[in-house]
Amino acid sequence: MAGHSHFSPANVEEHFEFSSEGKKRIIYAFIAGLAALALGIYLLSKGESGGHEVANAGHEAVKAGHEAATAGHEAATEHVSGGAVSHQASAEEHYDWTNRIWANVWLNAVFFTGIAVVGMFFVSLQYLTKSGWSSVMKRVPEAFPKFLYITLPILIAVFLFKGDVIFHWMHHGVTEVGSENYDKIIAGKSGYLNKSFFLIRLVVFGGLWILLWKMLRKKSLEEDLNGGTEYFTQLVRIGTAFIVVFGASSSIFAWDWVMSIDTHWFSTMFGWYMFSSWHVTTYAVIVLAILYLKDKGLMAYVNENHLHDLGKFMFAFSIFWTYVWFEQFLLIYYANLPEETIYFIERWEGHNKIYKTSEILMVLLNFLFPFLVLMTRDAKRTRLFLKIAAFMIIVGHYIDFYQMIMPGVVGKHGGYGLVEFGMVTVFAAAFIYVISDELTKASLIAKNHPFLLEALHHDI
Amino acid sequence: MSSTTNYILGVYDDEDEVLHAVSAVKAKGIKVEDVYSPFPIHGLDVAVGHDRTRLPVAAFMFGTLGMICAFALISYTMVFDWPMIIGGKDFFALPNWIPIAFEGTVLFTAFGLVTTFCISNDLWPGNKTLPLDIRTTDDKFVMAINVDKNKVSAADIKKALKESGAAEVNVK
Repeated sequence: MAGHSHFSPANVEEHFEFSSEGKKRIIYAFIAGLAALALGIYLLSKGESGGHEVANAGHEAVKAGHEAATAGHEAATEHVSGGAVSHQASAEEHYDWTNRIWANVWLNAVFFTGIAVVGMFFVSLQYLTKSGWSSVMKRVPEAFPKFLYITLPILIAVFLFKGDVIFHWMHHGVTEVGSENYDKIIAGKSGYLNKSFFLIRLVVFGGLWILLWKMLRKKSLEEDLNGGTEYFTQLVRIGTAFIVVFGASSSIFAWDWVMSIDTHWFSTMFGWYMFSSWHVTTYAVIVLAILYLKDKGLMAYVNENHLHDLGKFMFAFSIFWTYVWFEQFLLIYYANLPEETIYFIERWEGHNKIYKTSEILMVLLNFLFPFLVLMTRDAKRTRLFLKIAAFMIIVGHYIDFYQMIMPGVVGKHGGYGLVEFGMVTVFAAAFIYVISDELTKASLIAKNHPFLLEALHHDI
Repeated sequence: MSSTTNYILGVYDDEDEVLHAVSAVKAKGIKVEDVYSPFPIHGLDVAVGHDRTRLPVAAFMFGTLGMICAFALISYTMVFDWPMIIGGKDFFALPNWIPIAFEGTVLFTAFGLVTTFCISNDLWPGNKTLPLDIRTTDDKFVMAINVDKNKVSAADIKKALKESGAAEVNVK
């Protein structure tokens, strides 16, 4: 509207070229990650194969139960802490040094699935709200869901073959009356938490995610070729359908993939909590990807106004994450029920306090750091600040997922070692490779997007 | 806006015209005091060359003050004045106070910022200042130039405004 009538829509396509140089570098990173992982696994097999761990497991379990019982002052809840004892005990009996490897595979698969699918969520949200500003950069998040082709099979495979390592509810005999592992609480949840229903949810919703992304991607590329607004109308429909699917499935997968690890424990805020963590991480990844492309001389039409908006999203959703995380904690802290507080006791003073440092670090990285760094307008318009903040947010939310998954799966056998660093490097390299490859398949600018002109004039 | 100030007003019919006119007039070495418009125009603040608003700094300070006040209030009432045991917690139960500190921050920021904004824009109750041209509340765009703050003569300013596409040039 205001001025700039000399602007014309960018009628040129722009293609990202995934050079052999770049491919080589990512493959080297992948190999380095694999090497670190192999070394880490070797060290793990040396370090923790002794039998003394299992011997004092019972003692530990009794102590944990005692803690849980004294945490609450109500006598009526004692049978629940009894349940916690059996959970601890059975987790210890099943411990094997390879568990930490599978826990890491699960952690990274869940984390990167989130980044991939929220890319789709972001694009869908832009269509649902008919937003203009984002049309210049929508091709970047649009490429992310390609990684679902890798992470979803990994999730299914780990679930099928090593599910009993990750999930307490899959341990042998927990739902069989009379079995020594019988657990009344878990048996009560077995209508939802059972192998076949879990798999159905995973396959159906995962399949819908991929299907809707394929449809959206196809229409989006056809729009580039033919133009016309009917594509936009169809894309709005696909985006809306995805939001509906994702609204249900993001919460369901949060319960399935992460919350059910601590089977006895539950939180009504968990779906939001995990979604917010995924969400803000993806914004950080989008920002880093765009800044990388801009450093290569591409996407010159993405200016500091668009970056400012992405920076605002990172800032706002960091605070949203803090809100959800803190409210979940506050309600449990206030109510002080043993079956709920056990979750935070495990992360704060349980397991020889190995999770306490990362719990504190996580809140600093995910709240205080982006809050202070991204607060001013200038910071959100400066590439260096955005890069630093985005990188820290990604690290912080990786630790967040680590905190969600590890204490429940490996307990006091956890830690930050070569296995963790190797595994995350492998996944990150694979992610960058797959996304870069997908980015080459379309023009970086959606040249026939009806709101492109508006986006080019974006001014805030 | 006292009556002794000597203003030359260029009245424009179109927001696009006024946006370009600002640059054209400024290119002739004339200082533009302000532009009045019925609605916000993108890029106008940059074109006129206004300083960035300092409201965010005020917001941060009001927020900090609000947080400190809320903490002080709840600490005084719950720890010193009338200690109460709630849910078996310490008297100084920090997590419970974060929502209160948050609300205090928001409350002080909101009220403080609205007050600051109104004072800095002469919008306090009872203020009867009229706009330089009443039509800027309807469909006209007015560029105001303060003659006393300009080295360029009044005649040249009027000429520059006419050349930049002003529908009328008034003196006030």
